[in-house]
Amino acid sequence: MSAVVAEHDDHHDHHDHGPAKGLLRWIITTNHKDIGTLYLLFALAMFFVGGAMAMVIRAELFEPGMQFVNPQFFNSMTTMHALVMVFGAVMPAFVGLANWMIPMMIGAPDMALPRMNNMSFWLLVAGVLLLASTLFMEGGAPASGWTLYPPLVLQTGNALPFAIFSVHLLGISSIMGAINIVATIFNMRAPGMTLMKMPMFVWTWLITGFLLIAIMPVFAGAVTMLLTDKFFDTSFFDAAGGGDPVLYQHIFWFFGHPEVYVMILPTFGVASTIIPVFARKPLFGYSSMVYATAAIAFLSFIVWAHHMFTVGMPIAGELYFMYATMLIAIPTGVKVFNWTATMWKGSMTFETPMLFSIAFVVLFTMGGFTGLMMAVAPVDFQYHDTYFIVAHFHYTLVPASVFILMAAGYFWLPKWTGHMYDERIGRLHFWLSVVSVNILFFPQHFLGLAGMPRRIPDYAVQFADWNMISSIGGFIFGASQLLFLYVVIKTIKGGTGEKVTDEVWEDAAKHSLEWTLSSPPPYHSFTTPPKVIPTEHF
Amino acid sequence: MKKKKQLFAGLILMALGLGTAQADYTLNLMKGVTKVSNDIYDLHMLILWICVFIGIGVFGTMFYSIYHHRKSKGHKAEQFHENTTIEIIWTIIPTLILIGMAIPATKAMIELDDVQESEMSIKVTGYQWKWEYEYLDNGIHFFSSLDEASNKARQMNSGIDPRSVPNYLLNVDKPLVIPTKKKIRFVFTAADVIHSWWVPDLGWKKDTIPGFINESWTSVDKAGTYRGQCTELCGKDHGFMPIVVIAMDEPDYNAWVEQQKAAALAEASSADKTWSTEELVAKGQSVYETNCASCHMVDGAGLAGTFPAITKSPVVTGDIDAQVNLMLNGKGMMPAFGKILSAVDFAAVVTYTRNGLGNSVGDSIQPSAIQALQSATPAADKNE
Repeated sequence: MSAVVAEHDDHHDHHDHGPAKGLLRWIITTNHKDIGTLYLLFALAMFFVGGAMAMVIRAELFEPGMQFVNPQFFNSMTTMHALVMVFGAVMPAFVGLANWMIPMMIGAPDMALPRMNNMSFWLLVAGVLLLASTLFMEGGAPASGWTLYPPLVLQTGNALPFAIFSVHLLGISSIMGAINIVATIFNMRAPGMTLMKMPMFVWTWLITGFLLIAIMPVFAGAVTMLLTDKFFDTSFFDAAGGGDPVLYQHIFWFFGHPEVYVMILPTFGVASTIIPVFARKPLFGYSSMVYATAAIAFLSFIVWAHHMFTVGMPIAGELYFMYATMLIAIPTGVKVFNWTATMWKGSMTFETPMLFSIAFVVLFTMGGFTGLMMAVAPVDFQYHDTYFIVAHFHYTLVPASVFILMAAGYFWLPKWTGHMYDERIGRLHFWLSVVSVNILFFPQHFLGLAGMPRRIPDYAVQFADWNMISSIGGFIFGASQLLFLYVVIKTIKGGTGEKVTDEVWEDAAKHSLEWTLSSPPPYHSFTTPPKVIPTEHF
Repeated sequence: MKKKKQLFAGLILMALGLGTAQADYTLNLMKGVTKVSNDIYDLHMLILWICVFIGIGVFGTMFYSIYHHRKSKGHKAEQFHENTTIEIIWTIIPTLILIGMAIPATKAMIELDDVQESEMSIKVTGYQWKWEYEYLDNGIHFFSSLDEASNKARQMNSGIDPRSVPNYLLNVDKPLVIPTKKKIRFVFTAADVIHSWWVPDLGWKKDTIPGFINESWTSVDKAGTYRGQCTELCGKDHGFMPIVVIAMDEPDYNAWVEQQKAAALAEASSADKTWSTEELVAKGQSVYETNCASCHMVDGAGLAGTFPAITKSPVVTGDIDAQVNLMLNGKGMMPAFGKILSAVDFAAVVTYTRNGLGNSVGDSIQPSAIQALQSATPAADKNE
């Protein structure tokens, strides 16, 4: 297969399907790999922008007292850090991975809707730039938390309409990206690539695509109501006009809860892709993985008010949302057990992608445990809006989604570039990250339980020690990520000089189709469909 | 992975040995001082131990596998990829554990929700950035904001070490006082944005929502001082509106109630006397710093784009009646202070703004005049 494609690659001058020359290539490209690269690089840049904001937060919280930023700007930082990381870094990074990998994994030449693909990327850039521009507006960037709760968000200065339109752009971009992915998976699979033979990453993205299509319009609707409340005298969320501020929270979390699964389901998919390769075993329980993913996605739509246990719901509501939320532990547990069983009696090696994946399974499970604790409504009356929550969702996002994105980078960079990354630096990056991320977030459990509310710029002195330790962990974690940047740049520029094989990793082609292509793969992935379809049941 | 755990244990020991004066910090949830808070604590510990137990099982299996089933040890990979029996077992067992957790959780939830048969009621209203307490049974009513010492120390680069301030950011000028061993119903609402009232020792928090009423209850067993904070982001000073609850045994509480009633009478009569401009300015400064400075700043400079300056403000240096009117009824984010401040405080702060903070208009207004206006205007609608 790779031989055929390599020949095609060498002779692309006899038709016009190669990339355009120069900078224009990246602006007008409709190629899934180019757009995937753009998404990934943009996400990496935003990871550092959002990370810089986190450094501001941790610097202010290093010691009690106000030292660096005023409280209003501190609130802008927590708000913008979350919005940039969610909409600018994690989601685009997974869309980038989907763009790169899905056509190669299902044996397709490209995405189904290449022009829309280009448009969804550039709308993302426009949306994030619009959002970032609010930092320089009179009254400052939004400072009401990423949840944008009214009435507080309506006190935002000039930034409010810009932030809302930015959410609209980001939403349109996400919906187009999701439609493209779903259309590609349904229409572009190679003959023989049945749904139940697709790699888990493709499956998780198929389900995530439907989640996105369902929820982004809901969020767009919620923020549009904020816009009309502020500028056109409506009272959707204003009790004085017959509205209800809590209505916004219901709408927001109907979007917001599936949204966090948008960030975690593709994470599951990548982990299910990487662990079998390095355990040299098929994924354990492939079909139960598929059903568990679908179950988690379904449950995500019916548990939203567990973010709102303290708003004063009737007891029937509290109990229902508690029971429904606890149910999520079952399919999530199945996944963790399956990954463990995949490693069991394997023949494991511990290259950087595997190290990050193992850390993901362990640390995500810890985030899952605290999630289970918070699901219990009466106990959540204590946990809610404290640092315990901050610790919980950072465990499910940083050493989970972000670690898996790093793992994916190390796993597929050799395929994408044809060069091997520096394993020594990769492992150093891993160990620094895994130690510092725990120094950063583990003490926040103690802070929350001891009574420290979230989103405060200054705190009582009994919280000082753990905050200082957490900040030190934060600075080490932040600095360690520069190693990743270095590895990425070095690998693109030629890596260790070692020429990688098509398979890159031992027997990887048994697991998934991308390893049957050359490294780097041809501009149009599969111009003729692959003849042999690997399955997880080899 | 082992290394990581050792390192972490080392860090914990390091932190414990840091030797700061704060010996009272905790690693775990506090038990609190009510039956409900104790039930919640027990539930928390139950789930925590369940998680620890499951964690040891899962991670133990994983680390055993990582240690033994590695290629460098020559372990050959087996190729199994499913086992229906084990998959059914690890679906059913978690389900049973969850049911076991849901039963005590449901009991606690029902107990928390039951505000029936309460012996007294207190209305709590959240403001940016203070709390208003109204005792619905005896008419006692006051505001509670961050104490002055914390407020000075928390200013940017104040030069005051927070460690030198007793109960830094957890102290208020006027705490909420409640009797012990009585079922007290709280009703919650807010005047501007959503806040959330949390005292960890009572075991719960509740959101205060403008235009809506929430309820909760407590019954404190032990006299003491219990501290908490606002837990719903409510704007720039969200971190600076603490809650202090003092629980007193019945006789002490009754004495406090009498004292409050006497103070209210004295306050009302002081509104009738004629105050000199100097007296008003002196009193007005502390009223300003408690009620106005968080937005208009201590020096009256305001915050460009959000909060107008007091110094050289056309309102403050213009017609005095117009300024009084604006302050009585509020405007935009500015609350209607007619309902918040007493007549004396109101007159004092008006006089202070016109004769301090870089202004020198020279006039003043008497508390009696404010009192007449306050009783004439119906409670202003605080939503614009």
